[in-house]
Amino acid sequence: MAFDKIELRDLEVWDGNFAAAQALRQAQVDVVAAYPITPSTPIVEGYAKFKSDNYIEGEFVMVESEHAAMSACIGAAAAGGRVATATSSQGLALMVETLYQASGMRLPIVLNLVNRALAAPLNVNGDHSDMYLTRDSGWIQLDAFSPQEAYDMNLIAFKVSEDHDIRLPAIVNQDGFMTSHTAQGVYPLTDDAAFEFVGTYKPMNDMLDFEHPVTHGVQTEEDWHFEHKARQHNDLMVKVPSKIDEVFADFEKLSGRKYNPVECYDMADADVAVFCLGTSVETAREVATEMRAKGIKAGVVGLRVIRPFPFMEVADALKDIKAVAVLDRSSPNGAAGAMFNEVAGSLINTDSKVLLSGYVYGLGGRDLTKANLVDLYKELQANADAGKLTTQQQQFIGVRGPKLSYL
Amino acid sequence: MSEMKKIKNLKEFSTSADRFEGANLLCPGCAHSIIVREVLNATNDDLVLAASTGCLEVCTSVYPYTSWDASWIHIGFENSSTAVAGAESMYNALKTKGRLKQPERNPKFVAFGGDGSSYDIGFQWISGCMERNHDMMYVVLDNEVYANTGGQRSSSTPIGSSATTSPAGKISYGEKTNKKDMLGIMAAHNIPYAAQVAPNKWKDMVKKIQKGFATEGAVFINAVSPCTTEWKFDPKDTMHLADLSTDSLVFPLYEIIGGKEFNITYRPKNIVPVEEYLAAQGRFKHLFKDEYKYLIKEWQERVDANWAYLQRREEAKV
Repeated sequence: MAFDKIELRDLEVWDGNFAAAQALRQAQVDVVAAYPITPSTPIVEGYAKFKSDNYIEGEFVMVESEHAAMSACIGAAAAGGRVATATSSQGLALMVETLYQASGMRLPIVLNLVNRALAAPLNVNGDHSDMYLTRDSGWIQLDAFSPQEAYDMNLIAFKVSEDHDIRLPAIVNQDGFMTSHTAQGVYPLTDDAAFEFVGTYKPMNDMLDFEHPVTHGVQTEEDWHFEHKARQHNDLMVKVPSKIDEVFADFEKLSGRKYNPVECYDMADADVAVFCLGTSVETAREVATEMRAKGIKAGVVGLRVIRPFPFMEVADALKDIKAVAVLDRSSPNGAAGAMFNEVAGSLINTDSKVLLSGYVYGLGGRDLTKANLVDLYKELQANADAGKLTTQQQQFIGVRGPKLSYL
Repeated sequence: MSEMKKIKNLKEFSTSADRFEGANLLCPGCAHSIIVREVLNATNDDLVLAASTGCLEVCTSVYPYTSWDASWIHIGFENSSTAVAGAESMYNALKTKGRLKQPERNPKFVAFGGDGSSYDIGFQWISGCMERNHDMMYVVLDNEVYANTGGQRSSSTPIGSSATTSPAGKISYGEKTNKKDMLGIMAAHNIPYAAQVAPNKWKDMVKKIQKGFATEGAVFINAVSPCTTEWKFDPKDTMHLADLSTDSLVFPLYEIIGGKEFNITYRPKNIVPVEEYLAAQGRFKHLFKDEYKYLIKEWQERVDANWAYLQRREEAKV
């Protein structure tokens, strides 16, 4: 039975989860193996309903855990077809072992990670601690700041991940609830245009080609393990960035929407800037505009590509400003924030004299208010004026009790 | 359905074209390789195979070599079942979509795991695959111990066995708990076919494996795999140990169809005392001390009771 297509309107009202489910449908994924967890559940629910209504020809396997979900995805990807899944938080944590296996086995899989805090204490709301848990997993990691971008990044992720020069799995992050459950306007592609963009899956080393038996998931010890890991890192550092640029450019031609590894807002003449991810980018942009009316030349740097980290682009975005605040939405638990470290790593050994301060915010879904950001920009301006940090290097913002600052 | 392979005799069977090569690192006398060959040689159809981390995996896929002349995957310790289930799902998807490269083929999907991988750490994954009734076969290579890592107890390790994490000592007779009834648990998923097999009873094994391959849906096979290293017997005696295990009824051979229909498939003409089975293995050596001899008696009583139960079950057809 042939599957049905959906006539979408030019402008749909979708939340991030439904936008992701629509993208998976349009990409004609061959196997989705998944396990539900808040706040990503509506992605697989939406997909299940598409399947029940004959909008999907592929297989949909609801397994018994997130670890099994990614295990089945790996088996399916090795068999030779398009594969995707979705998860959040504890589910991602349970899945971590297999994340490393998927990337080490060089299997293209798209994982929608709807960002949520990690227990304990148990919390269903958005922060980036699950995103940070994937940092060194060898996956390509993209960040969507809105439902539109959740849709777009999924289509882009398949195209990058499945390229035969790349063959690495990709995560599409979106903020739990703030993006995943907040309906906004989304301009979708038609079913045909979206599928044409992603393209028919081209198998490689597929287990279902019985004329060419392949052994997947071998053992390597001290004689070969390092070379395998080094090659994977090398491909992430060397091959993936240009492929992402190429796919971003193709997508712009098709949709008119331009994406960059680092999304700069009012950075051309900025004195101070906020560096952040997810829905905070939009809030920061709004506040930055308001700060300019008050005489502070404020800008925003949003990170679109988390891995491979765009060191050059970040350094370039920040090279002429006086002070930058790097926002981390995960508790560093005894260190500087992960993004703080990456940004510092981008700037070190450059001529930049930018003053760097780190802010930990929004844990467990705590709002980052415009007032928080107004205060933050004022602190940055004070740093810029003083030519040195006027606060300690690391601060917690929006948390009750006495002010927490360190370093 | 594909045509069933005709196997006339052991010579013909044992000289079938090997898709599991003799070039591997398994111990001399390891029953794993015998069982795997018996499973693979039961069919001429294409195979998609998986192995969990364990003896079979580490001894057959050390880069840049492979012992597998068939599609093969290893992911981790707990998920060979789900790896194959994922591949089977992809096969179904590509079949529906008309994208199979060789659409005329009828591949069989088989996952192997040791008892540690199956009875313990991969238990949930296997249960999920059986419950969803993927068209696949899961085979446990049951040597009743974590052999690959040097002999730690698993939930398949029988009472009285000395394992490195349940060692016999001055005040201990070793493992304290009974072996888990994995086959019973898996049959309780009401899967189309579940069976216990042994490498020495190759005709019985081939019949069951072929039945499993001809079955649409999930198949669970538990294969006793005498381990020369951890059971502590001479490598030349593997088949002798397998004979002792089936003929003492410590490992009775039977099948459960649809979770209900119960058939005993082998009735030893001369039932060997359990004591003889235990005496042939170093792991039970301490049981022959005076203070532990009561355990041997209990072993025999347990095996007798189980055999009586299996026969009653067969008779009652439940």
